[in-house]
Amino acid sequence: MAKLPKPSELAKISLTPPAKPWMDVVTDIRQGMYCHGAKAKNLAALELPNARDFKVAEEDWQLPEDWKETVLNGIKERLEKFRTFHVFMDICVRCGACADKCHFFLGSGDPKNMPVIRAELLRSVYRKYFTTAGKVFGKTAGARELDIQTLKEIWYYYFQCTECRRCSLFCPYGIDQAEITIIGRELLNLLGLNIDWICGPAANCYRKGNHLGLEPHTIKSSVEFFLSDLEDITGITIEPTFNRKGAEILFVTPSGDLFADPGTYTAMGYLMLFHELGLDYTWSTYASEGGNFGFFTSMDMAKRLNYKIYAEAKRLGVKWILGGECGHMWRVLHQYMDTFNGPADFLEVPKSPITGTVFDSAKGTKMVHIVEFTADLMKNNKLNLDPTRNDHLKVTYHDSCNTSRGMGFLEEPRYVIKSVCNHFYDMPEDTIREKTFCCGSGSGLNASENMELRMRGGFPRANAVRHVHEKHGVNLLTNICAIDRASLPPLMDYWVPGVKVAGTHELVGNALVMKGEKERTVDLRNEPLPGKAGAEGGEADV
Amino acid sequence: MYNGGKIILGLIVFIGLMAAPFIFGLGKGNAKPNPSIDTPAIKAMEKKQCVEAKAVMKTEHMKMLNDWRDSVVRDGKRLYVATDGKKYDMSLQNTCMKCHSNKAQFCDKCHIYVGAKPYCWDCHIAPKEGA
Amino acid sequence: MGMYVAFLAVAGLIVLAFLGVQAAGLHFLFGALIPYIAFFLFVIGFAYRVFLWGTSAVPFRIPTTAGQMQSFPWVKSNKFDNPSNGFGVVIRMALEVLLFRSLFRNTKSEIHDGRLIHGSDKWLWLFGLMFHYSFLIIFIRHFRLFLENVPGFILIIESLDGFFQAGVPFVYLTDLMLVAAATFLFARRVLLPQIRYISMAADYFPLFLILGIAISGILMRYFIRVDITGAKQVIIGLVSFQPAPSAEVGVIFYIHLFLVSTLLAYFPFSKLMHFGGVFLSPTRNLANNSRMVRHVNPWNPDVHVHTYAEYEDEFRDKMKKVGIPVEKE
Repeated sequence: MAKLPKPSELAKISLTPPAKPWMDVVTDIRQGMYCHGAKAKNLAALELPNARDFKVAEEDWQLPEDWKETVLNGIKERLEKFRTFHVFMDICVRCGACADKCHFFLGSGDPKNMPVIRAELLRSVYRKYFTTAGKVFGKTAGARELDIQTLKEIWYYYFQCTECRRCSLFCPYGIDQAEITIIGRELLNLLGLNIDWICGPAANCYRKGNHLGLEPHTIKSSVEFFLSDLEDITGITIEPTFNRKGAEILFVTPSGDLFADPGTYTAMGYLMLFHELGLDYTWSTYASEGGNFGFFTSMDMAKRLNYKIYAEAKRLGVKWILGGECGHMWRVLHQYMDTFNGPADFLEVPKSPITGTVFDSAKGTKMVHIVEFTADLMKNNKLNLDPTRNDHLKVTYHDSCNTSRGMGFLEEPRYVIKSVCNHFYDMPEDTIREKTFCCGSGSGLNASENMELRMRGGFPRANAVRHVHEKHGVNLLTNICAIDRASLPPLMDYWVPGVKVAGTHELVGNALVMKGEKERTVDLRNEPLPGKAGAEGGEADV
Repeated sequence: MYNGGKIILGLIVFIGLMAAPFIFGLGKGNAKPNPSIDTPAIKAMEKKQCVEAKAVMKTEHMKMLNDWRDSVVRDGKRLYVATDGKKYDMSLQNTCMKCHSNKAQFCDKCHIYVGAKPYCWDCHIAPKEGA
Repeated sequence: MGMYVAFLAVAGLIVLAFLGVQAAGLHFLFGALIPYIAFFLFVIGFAYRVFLWGTSAVPFRIPTTAGQMQSFPWVKSNKFDNPSNGFGVVIRMALEVLLFRSLFRNTKSEIHDGRLIHGSDKWLWLFGLMFHYSFLIIFIRHFRLFLENVPGFILIIESLDGFFQAGVPFVYLTDLMLVAAATFLFARRVLLPQIRYISMAADYFPLFLILGIAISGILMRYFIRVDITGAKQVIIGLVSFQPAPSAEVGVIFYIHLFLVSTLLAYFPFSKLMHFGGVFLSPTRNLANNSRMVRHVNPWNPDVHVHTYAEYEDEFRDKMKKVGIPVEKE
């Protein structure tokens, strides 16, 4: 694995592109900037074509003989299937508004990471084979042959895009590189050119129900592990159910929350909240994944993985579905699920059993975001909260790309956070809400072999965190995304040491005063609560 | 989803707008504006010749009038020597309108045709015409 | 490189029209035939391209949401940047098309001492807006030459455009603004390294072409004057299908007309189609109501899924062992 340079080295970034035209520069596929190729067994498990082990660093990617035809036919098919793709291939004026909006460009200075060029990588091929000007004028018209160099270049840069849509926000025509990347990755998947960090989890999810490949008994034991921790912390015994028929609500969350810190603390927050409310809900081991790495492979794959949620809701006979904190999960649930696998006419319009609030904004999909659910509880004063338990935290909030630009879920998380903690500081305006910067590891790129890419891609986000860290002493970066919870801790350690990462419901769990609980002396991380009995000293500032 | 109806509607509007000048132009002749030089003063002229040649007057009269005004108002110089050596008093009313006393039949003809709106008559009093 | 190609192409077009009209006397070709063909290509080509886009499906409802969505009554939603219904979409599209809403949002990011600095950057928005509106007003103004009886509103637009009554004929503000804005758009392509890097011949060509059109128009009005009455007769001849291009109208008029014809003919084959495309962009013209109203994908595929039964068959023993309920004992 490539050695990760020091932050001071990595921060030497020039945003001035070279004089040589991009088409004349052969892309160097550099270690640290890409993920391992998909393994044969995972491609095969997903019934994807050309299943073989391929090594990115090797010259021969073992492509099928007719790979070029496959790609060109794939482009033709997708021009008809996606108006986005068709229009976006045609109307870019290269105004450059998107150029300095991409976190990968801002963190690497690599001009091919400017969204406009990333699109041109594929658009140039489109011009060559599908437009008159491209056929007649060739390179002068910005057209180029689809050869193996070009293909590899597209692969390299389409797996250096996290589908965050920030470019799309600023584009005067709404050209969405996320959409072009999604379609570009579909094309690459026609040749078996996925990365294993996507393909592996997707294969796991297909067969076992979740990305991590947790089998049913493991899911249960993971949750039980949290429960014993919670009993220690609160003195309360919580008994959730799994695959229970007849529950009112099916709860689906990213499996990452069951697996590693700090996501596990978020899961503990969910468990505490549901217990306190006496919610009639169940977990599922079959639909045990809210996220969808199929979405980073192809639309069909996204649909295949997403299928389980409605299927399980139907089997269990629940009334509606509650979804945990996750970014791309909510893009899929919000913008795709009903189209993929709906209509969900076997479910009821979600209604909070506690407040009676009817979630009209989810009346079609019948799936509610847990932060919406909790915000409604707080607004109706249904929770007994003690925000001082989070007083040792100076909190800022990272808007996930997907919930911000694929949903518009901006105020509810802030409302929840501000209800459970006393020290909240937003990052600078141009880096939050709809203008939020990606964590740098979205869309299946949070592997370890591409750590340099991740640190570069996360640089703009980290830069904004550093600002509030220095100005306000912020020491906690909250979010509503499982990939954030996995990817932001190393990013913070690298760029802004001293800032920890937490899901929103971890703070809710900390502040939630439960009926019959013992006096809390530690938070969900088992760290002493400042000013509380048993706490060693009052300073737990990081 | 295709939204075909909206796209077709949009295209009909587009084609309609593009075709509008042709629809308005259809069937109409290409009537030339025909400024009349039928005035007593011009009739009395031996050689029907304006200050400068006709082609020059067509394209340059507005500039000439402007120059005349500047010269008279700012410099007090009223003498214009034409290309053919003839001398004229720089005056809209006393020189130009002396011959072209038929504003409606002369000036206005082309000005209305091309939608030009000179501001001569903001200051000068437009000649009253009986004819 | 692309810039020189584009410049030479436009220069070549000008020379071609000059020689064709002045030397070869091909008035009918440049004054009737080419304009007709160009106009036909424009209208049919434009409509065809939009139609082709229309035949591509919109499988998913994927607006780029640029503000708070509609949720609880107590959360203020951003009705136009994140519309939840058709009315909101109409407003969003109007803001986008008429006021360039997205460009107005533009920021600039730079690195100083290893830190990223972001700031507002509205220059592109300002000059982009100026460019397009000047072009629109100039286009509308030209209808005084297309319609035999000039409608009053065109005269009003014209008098407003010449409001300062400077020069003779009055200088149009839009002429100056168009040239200034096009020059700005060109200058940023040359001077800003990022923009220079992404610019191609197809970006310079329309700019040079439009500058050529504007400058030839200005020359014709103020410097190398043509007989405007004669010019209008040529144009009215065209729109009434009685073309009679006259040799009496100066060559500059034919150069202007030829450049406009080139622009029209080039339009449907180029990035200028953003004019049509902006209306069809699914990230802007759809309401963010996917969880409320189901969006139907016309090609929604049947996919192979892993059913619960298959799952339980694989894990039944493990499930039973830890007390997770199963369908088949």
